[in-house]
Amino acid sequence: MIHFLLLISRQGKVRLTKWYSPYAQKERTKVVRELSGMILSRGPKLCNFVEWRGYKVVYKRYASLYFCMCVNQDDNELEILEIIHHFVEILDLYFGSVCELDLIFNFHKAYYILDEILMAGELQESSKKTVERLIDAQDALVEAAKEQANSVSYMISQATK
Amino acid sequence: MNPFSSGTRLRDMIRSIRGCKTAAEERAVVRKECASIRAAISDNDNDYRHRNMAKLMFIHMLGYPTHFGQMECLKLIAAPGFPEKRIGYLGLMLLLDERQEVLMLVTNSLKQYPTKISFPFSYIHAALCSIRIIKKVPDLAENFVNPAASLLKEKHHGVLLTGIQLCTDLCEVSTEALEFFRKKYTEGLVKVLKDVVNSPYAPEYDISGIADPFLHIRLLRILRVLGHGDTDASDCMNDILAQVATKTESNKNAGNAILYECVETIMSIEDSSGLRVLAINILGRFLSNRDNNIRYVALNMLMRAITVDSQAVQRHRATILECVKDLDASIRKKALELVYLLVNENNVTSLSKELIDYLEVTDQEFKGDLTEKICSIVEKFSPEKIWYIDQMLKVLSLAGNYVKDEVWHALIVVISNASNLHGYTVRLLYRAVQLSGEQEILVRVAVWCIGEYGEMLVNSIGMLEKEEPITVTECDAIDVIESACKQYSTDLATRAMCLVALLKLSCRFPSSSQRIQDIIAQNKGSLLLELQQRSIEFDSILQKHQNIRSALCERMPVLDESTYVGRRAGSLPAAVSTSQGAVLDLSNGVGKPSAAPLVDLLDLSSDDTPVPNSSGNDFLHDLLGVDLSIASTETGTNQAQKSGADVLMDLLSIGTLPSQSSLSSFDGLFSSRDNSASVGGLENLSSNTTLPVQASTESGGFPMMDLLDALSPSEQNREDSGPTYPSVVAYESSSLRITFNFSKQPGNVRTTLVEANFVNKSSNAYTDFIFQAAVPKFLQLHLDPASNNVLPASGNGLITQKLRVVNSQHGKKSLVMRIRIAYKLNDKDVKEEGQISNFPPGL
Repeated sequence: MIHFLLLISRQGKVRLTKWYSPYAQKERTKVVRELSGMILSRGPKLCNFVEWRGYKVVYKRYASLYFCMCVNQDDNELEILEIIHHFVEILDLYFGSVCELDLIFNFHKAYYILDEILMAGELQESSKKTVERLIDAQDALVEAAKEQANSVSYMISQATK
Repeated sequence: MNPFSSGTRLRDMIRSIRGCKTAAEERAVVRKECASIRAAISDNDNDYRHRNMAKLMFIHMLGYPTHFGQMECLKLIAAPGFPEKRIGYLGLMLLLDERQEVLMLVTNSLKQYPTKISFPFSYIHAALCSIRIIKKVPDLAENFVNPAASLLKEKHHGVLLTGIQLCTDLCEVSTEALEFFRKKYTEGLVKVLKDVVNSPYAPEYDISGIADPFLHIRLLRILRVLGHGDTDASDCMNDILAQVATKTESNKNAGNAILYECVETIMSIEDSSGLRVLAINILGRFLSNRDNNIRYVALNMLMRAITVDSQAVQRHRATILECVKDLDASIRKKALELVYLLVNENNVTSLSKELIDYLEVTDQEFKGDLTEKICSIVEKFSPEKIWYIDQMLKVLSLAGNYVKDEVWHALIVVISNASNLHGYTVRLLYRAVQLSGEQEILVRVAVWCIGEYGEMLVNSIGMLEKEEPITVTECDAIDVIESACKQYSTDLATRAMCLVALLKLSCRFPSSSQRIQDIIAQNKGSLLLELQQRSIEFDSILQKHQNIRSALCERMPVLDESTYVGRRAGSLPAAVSTSQGAVLDLSNGVGKPSAAPLVDLLDLSSDDTPVPNSSGNDFLHDLLGVDLSIASTETGTNQAQKSGADVLMDLLSIGTLPSQSSLSSFDGLFSSRDNSASVGGLENLSSNTTLPVQASTESGGFPMMDLLDALSPSEQNREDSGPTYPSVVAYESSSLRITFNFSKQPGNVRTTLVEANFVNKSSNAYTDFIFQAAVPKFLQLHLDPASNNVLPASGNGLITQKLRVVNSQHGKKSLVMRIRIAYKLNDKDVKEEGQISNFPPGL
């Protein structure tokens, strides 16, 4: 099971965190700080796995971002690397050549995408197409809601409430 | 509310924050935004609530406090529109954690929300919820077995993934579920795997040319769980496992992930040798791969393979040793763990040589781990004492400061037992200290040995053939100790040990007595109480008590190795066994005390022979400077330190020594001893081997109570002002009778004072008489010294001993006690045991 997921920049800034196990707010900051230190200081040629507090942390660097997932000792590390890659590819599909800036300005969308792939610490959807379809459907809903809010009839109805 | 002011857009806020050049600037921007959000919240702004929440979440990710927005999440969740709801749930997830009460409100509002989730998400989410539930409450597993099984028939990959995960977790949690799935679904799952493996190209699920590797891996994992320990199930899956192992491409990570899972599965199920060979081959390939990830994973595989085929793993020993020296810290750690599992009697010498060689060059962080493992290996598997001593000295020279206390204590125990190696050892240590004097632990061991065996060093006694001759004068030996004292001027333990060693040497090197006296005298004014005390005492011995000096400094008697090892094993922390609170079962050996590292006092199996009261036997007393020999008799005439030991015993709330006369002129000094002195001896007082201490188990320890007891002996008020209880004959045999007289003090209803009288019914006197008692956890027992340890024959005299029992379950449970008596009859050891359950009620 995946306990949490972190996206950290090269400078140690947090871009995304998702917690699948109970961690209090204070603990979360502590964990993030500890792991950032550990992972950012590892050299480039070393393996992508670190042992930490009895768990394993699998991380992969994509450009300026480190994607880190904390898993149990008996989980398949190579599979987790695949899951990370799966996530990144879907982000890439959605944003088109995704870069860190996309994730900064659209962090809420990154979360929505993540929630379609992983839930409760487990992988729930292994098809990129399906995830894309789902997110597109949600976006369509948002668009529709916006249009409705901007329509003249709506404004009139709000004003005369 | 100004209908035209909407605050900044999310994008603009992010841009302005990123544009800040300093932290102070950023704080100012954030503060302004928070203020406007707070204003909007208090204005109950509906239109821009979702935008404000998004902004708040970004601010939260930067690390600023955002608790004022929590209730807004609820309002958003309750809002009718989809975008609002979405942001509301996101805010919920980010800003709150499991423990907050706000979540109660959320669950309530969720219940009202009409659910109209379409297939397949209903199945997927239900499965995921179920996984959580059985993790938290495994007892509910049976309820999920049948529904979970139905998920296995679905075709949708998402449903299969989560369904299989649910079934795997169910099998791990409940054996009935395991049996059920094993019987009914193994074949079905094998078929699903076959279909996936053989499926044609499906762009939707393709990753690196493999169709849905995630599903492959899930299936392999559940087959592992089902096949483990069951030959039929394992036979079922042989073919498909062989197919996966041979056909999967291994040039991409996805393929390797599948192969990894496959090898783990093959290693876990019942053997069919063809498969195992395949697995070992893959393992070998992975181990020699240049990719660090693959090598790491190979080490994992090897750890699993050890249980199954340790020969195969031994063949890879050289590669594993190379991995211990790898640049990558993760690989080093894994490899070291593996090496530790691989050690056996045959390869221990070569393996430890390699490891010790590496210890020389390794970096600081790894040294601690490596040292610990080496010491452990060397101790467990050493073929002979001389090899053990050699290796340990090497380790001490290279990484002495990482060696734990119990390890070098054990070393000293072994050295003292290897009497033919004393000369060799002390000479080796002497040489080592010249080279590696900065390793403090090495210096301590050396100082102790030089103190003990100094004359062997100087006179080259006990030379082994392979030794080179070495000339060491008395001066040189004393130099070593003197420089150790100076070098480690801040370390109390080392200097204390040096002082003791010097005292011993004053006997062994009579001609250097004056010089030794001078060195000791230098410490008389030390600010550290321990050193001051020791130097004054020793100085006094050297000057005024020449006649007892040689008796004091005699060679230490050999420490009992097996008992020490047993004690160590018993006094390790996490003494889970003690917390059961059950009545003591002596046949298992005693419940080990939990709180302080107290000794397994009633280890009836080992220390049977009640050695005459000899704190000198205890090398730890030596460390504490209580180095008195056993030349004195049992009556403990002038050995004041023994009662000093009494006070120490009390501080650690262990039962006190028997048959001691308690006079001591040193008492005052001892009682003012700083308990926290890092002598290293106090906390190890538990490893006290042959002190025939009265046994009393601790019920989680009330050290304070005993401390108070020790300090206020007036509590032992013999006047009966409480209710009286009848005396009982606690124990009677043909040779002995024990009578208990009881009294209680008023106001202290849980404590019972017992006076035990021992009468010898035979016609021969008993000598070395020792009484031991053990009580269950809810009682606390305290024994005072006995009046005597010789019991005259035919009831011509008696021995009296006082006990104090505290009953924490007074009124609910009555007293019960098991006792053991040991004595010598005509120089033969006799033991008697019994249980006393006839205590008067109400005690």
